[in-house]
Amino acid sequence: MAPDDVVEVADLRVTRGGAEVLHGIDLTVGAGELVGIVGPSGGGKSTLMRAIVGVQANVRGEITVLGQPAGSPSVRGRVGYVTQAPSIYDDLTARQNLEFFGAVLGVGPDEVQSALATVDLAEAGDQVVGSMSGGQQSRVSLATALLGSPDLLVLDEPTVGLDPVLRRSLWGTFRALAAAGAAVLVSTHVMDEAERCDRIALLRAGRVLATGTPAGLRERTSADTVEQAFLALIDEVAA
Amino acid sequence: MTPRITLAVTRRVLQQLRRDPRTVALMLFVPCLILLLLWWVFSELPGRDMVDSFGPALIAFMPFTVMFIVTSITMLRERTAGTLERMLAMPTGRADILIGYALALVAVCLVQATLVIGLGVGFLGMDVGGPLWALLLVALADSFLGTALGLAVSAFARTEFQAVQFMPALVLPQLLLCGLFIPRDTMPDLARAVSEVLPLTYAIDAMKGVQAGVDGQVATGTWTDLLVVVAIAVVVLGLGTFTLRRQTD
Repeated sequence: MAPDDVVEVADLRVTRGGAEVLHGIDLTVGAGELVGIVGPSGGGKSTLMRAIVGVQANVRGEITVLGQPAGSPSVRGRVGYVTQAPSIYDDLTARQNLEFFGAVLGVGPDEVQSALATVDLAEAGDQVVGSMSGGQQSRVSLATALLGSPDLLVLDEPTVGLDPVLRRSLWGTFRALAAAGAAVLVSTHVMDEAERCDRIALLRAGRVLATGTPAGLRERTSADTVEQAFLALIDEVAA
Repeated sequence: MTPRITLAVTRRVLQQLRRDPRTVALMLFVPCLILLLLWWVFSELPGRDMVDSFGPALIAFMPFTVMFIVTSITMLRERTAGTLERMLAMPTGRADILIGYALALVAVCLVQATLVIGLGVGFLGMDVGGPLWALLLVALADSFLGTALGLAVSAFARTEFQAVQFMPALVLPQLLLCGLFIPRDTMPDLARAVSEVLPLTYAIDAMKGVQAGVDGQVATGTWTDLLVVVAIAVVVLGLGTFTLRRQTD
């Protein structure tokens, strides 16, 4: 593995309910790199991310995160993970949620405040999560993952259901986190979001159809957008 | 296990309870109301004082049941909301979660048991030969047992509906078999044999042992009963640990 590779996945196979859902995935994410996993729902994006975080059962193949096997105790505090549903306590305020997970990670109130500011919730910090809008709840969940300045961020569809202005601002945040040196892995089924990544992996039916820079993929398929490139690649496989 | 993380869990659970004053009021005052009701419905009847006969059993039963329900539901919520997975993807140990929860709930039970014991002994004249702190100690052990069982059950329930249904399924048979309504040596052999492995039997025996004590001493065998309750709770909690899986399908 290259010296600055934060994640290296080799021949990953995952079985769920007796059936193989990931059929030999290879993927790397380097420090400072923003990598998108793009593909339709049910293609295995979440399962791949869960495997990288180390919470997926029945995993075969190699997954190395920060030089350790995925989910190792020494890696756990250095990986921020956001699931599709906001995994936070809806009967507590945003700040109380962050203070709790901050205490688990051993970070102080300063970092709680800056994580809230990063997701533009500094004002709403004392609002009970249950009374927040869906978009605000996703941002609380994201802020939780930012605590402790993780070396790797795994974000599973963090922008789904959010308005365009907020989506743009969050992608700006992901870009800034990568620029600050973190490895950022983001999944999305919105193809035009993928244009903002350094590199994308097109995942369909448990296989990586193609990886490369957005420009490279467009060029390879003579397409104008990533979406068209994706469709062209599917046709290529079918042909 | 890390004390910082354990205490963070305890603090967070107490914060959640504070956000829900109705639940706290129900946890604290329903046992008192039941005890009062028990005293009241039998108050016209001559003969044995029912508060003496059933009071200690009630003091044992209520913390057990309440903590069973609270733990099974809150743990199930942690599982379904994904917060359990998030904690486990962080440096949280499984023991941090279990002990953090147990500490918070035992603290609530301490208040609950103090209220109900105060009401029974102070106002309703419940006859207790042993020391009152021993009553409190047994009540705490019972709440610990309820917490342990509730946690184990939360792994088998997929919805809150199912979790609540485990209450009559697991708790009511124990109540019938524990010797409260009919002495255990008059039960069919098989029923008695079953009653001997059920924790609530020992919980209620321990309460009765404290009541039957004299001169500030508990009756013989009370501490053994208490130890059995704690031992079963520890074993169940240990089994519950295996239900907190870091990796799930």
